[in-house]
Amino acid sequence: MTLLQFIRDLFKEITKGNKAYFIWLGLLSIVMLNALVSYIMQLNNGLIVTHMRDQVSWGFYISNFTFLVGVAAAAVILVIPSYIYHFKPIKEIVLFGEMMAVTAVLMCLMFITADLGKPLVAWHLFITPNFPRSILMWDVIVLNGYLILNTLAVFYVLFSAAHGREYKMVIMWPLVLISIPWAFSIHTVTAFLYNGLSSRPFWNASITAPRFIASAMCSGPALMILVFQVARKVSDIVVNDKAIFKIAELIAYAMGINLFLYASEIFKEFYSQSIHLAPMEYLFFGLKGHTLLVPFTWVAMVCNLTGFVIFMSPKLRNRFLFLNIACVLVFIGVYIEKGMGFVIPGFVPDTLGEIYDYLPSYIELSLSAGIWAFGAFFYTLLLKIAIPIYKGELSFLSHNMRHSLRDLHKPAVH
Amino acid sequence: MNRRNFLKTAALGVGGILLPAKDSPASVWESFFQKYYREMNDKEKKDVVARLEKEYEEKYKKHIKVKTNAPLPKVLYGYGLDLSRCVGCRRCVYACVTENNQSRNPQIQYITVLQFEQGEKWVSDLEESNKYYNPETVPAPEHFYMPVQCQQCEKPPCVKVCPTQATWKEPDGIVVVDYNWCIGCRYCMAACPYNARKFNWGEPTIPVDEINTETHYLGNRPRIKGAVEKCTFCIQRVRENPGRYPACVEVCPVGARKFGNLLDPESEIRVLIETKRVFRLKEELNTQPKFYYFFSL
Repeated sequence: MTLLQFIRDLFKEITKGNKAYFIWLGLLSIVMLNALVSYIMQLNNGLIVTHMRDQVSWGFYISNFTFLVGVAAAAVILVIPSYIYHFKPIKEIVLFGEMMAVTAVLMCLMFITADLGKPLVAWHLFITPNFPRSILMWDVIVLNGYLILNTLAVFYVLFSAAHGREYKMVIMWPLVLISIPWAFSIHTVTAFLYNGLSSRPFWNASITAPRFIASAMCSGPALMILVFQVARKVSDIVVNDKAIFKIAELIAYAMGINLFLYASEIFKEFYSQSIHLAPMEYLFFGLKGHTLLVPFTWVAMVCNLTGFVIFMSPKLRNRFLFLNIACVLVFIGVYIEKGMGFVIPGFVPDTLGEIYDYLPSYIELSLSAGIWAFGAFFYTLLLKIAIPIYKGELSFLSHNMRHSLRDLHKPAVH
Repeated sequence: MNRRNFLKTAALGVGGILLPAKDSPASVWESFFQKYYREMNDKEKKDVVARLEKEYEEKYKKHIKVKTNAPLPKVLYGYGLDLSRCVGCRRCVYACVTENNQSRNPQIQYITVLQFEQGEKWVSDLEESNKYYNPETVPAPEHFYMPVQCQQCEKPPCVKVCPTQATWKEPDGIVVVDYNWCIGCRYCMAACPYNARKFNWGEPTIPVDEINTETHYLGNRPRIKGAVEKCTFCIQRVRENPGRYPACVEVCPVGARKFGNLLDPESEIRVLIETKRVFRLKEELNTQPKFYYFFSL
């Protein structure tokens, strides 16, 4: 059967590679195994092995989740220019952006699962969903919906390529048209998750969702720029410089908006000096001698501002050295700002005024590292099979037809 | 937790997840597939209670009664706390722990008593408070106290956010949790403005000789790891007929705590709401607590 042969081909593709490829997968496997050990310990002993407590009841897991929803949503920054504006250089790589969205959503779901006190009864969500009242149910729906949308898009494009055909826009259009607002919805709903809690003034700001979207459009694309460069070095994927520079330009705008929104929030808190200032004060200067997050906050500020300056200048951002530095800076900056820098101050001080200094425990760090390693592992394998299929080198068709098809294959035209 | 124990832990972990324990094979599956409390009929409730009582008997070698008393008709519970009397002795805290079978290690307490220095900002700015005070005698000079616990809100934010409806407001106004239905996402804890919800971060432990054997399914029955719990106005006491006071009310040495039926115009709670200077905590959030602070002096 062709399908079985094809699956065997895919498997062969995954299991062949140079030394670096196997070392890479091996390292990731070690990190994942280590995380598995941590997770088993957590299952046995309960979440007490984390440093979360009643005062700070969400920590590193939910911080990572929040950040990664942004990475997933950022696929839209490739989808819009490629399908709506038919910008060819990006159109050639939009598939890899969608694959990153799939990976990021899977990681999000893993982080949520890691955070549950009773993961085994998570199926209760589907028996008595508190819908539409609980925003968490909305999040379950939009995240899984987004996962399905992107999986379908990726699958359909690869399926067509494996059959030596162009994908049909008749089928892609609905997927694309739904996935654009849907990408915004996942991050908006995640913002509303926090936003809707009047008990936490730090989160209860109407600017939260726009800030989330703006920062997502920085960190996700920054990660893509870095990953695409690595990918084109180690594989025969073609990523046009023009695509990378266009993404960099978009980051510059997004970062401008992000910093503006952040500045607005900082102004409101510090100028009005209401009692709601406390979490912001804790973040920037420390509260009553508690200064745990202060260095992180300033590192994030410096990273974001420096990154922004580089992205603003076309001369700088079009040189790979500076571009890559800026991408790393923005990634770190947003990771801190939207992860720990957003989730933790919501809990500090807690609703009765107590300050509990939270930093993740070893278990939380190792388990989170494992989920990131899973993401890298999964994405690597996806690329490994997607590139040859996309290029027409791996298909359902017989061997002798492949050579002629390889030259024929071009990105979609309508 | 060190790595040395890993193999043991791993074996237990995988075993605990995949296989039911040797001695109680049926009950593990029964508890896993246990229905949502509000969807159980009387027969199902009875079966679950019987299973739970058996499990507790095996675990604690003691008969623990699990009641499922429904709300009393025409009752809406309200609580009053006299700030001019409270001396900050925290007997209520410990009476509550004992009555409600809270875990001793890790420690869980439903009531937090905040200590303020005289002249300090309070009510809206609780950051000035101290909950870890330890004087020789109470009240400490020039200090005053404000106990906080679940306010049994009329519009509870915790219930609104729960993704599985594992927590809800009963007709008598008590916000309860089906511990078996809770998935431990802790969204309710983020939503609660009063820090009233507590999570079982580790396996809850109670010394066997200190267990209160009179329990309610939605209240003080022994809890499980990974679920959220909270004050229920001692549901196991107040739903008796005639009802008893919650343990904190009963134990308070200065009579600062009042409790009653808000629908009964003759009740103590109604009289004090109508005649004293009353306020509710964080009223601006519109959670409409049924917990009234007042000044009798």
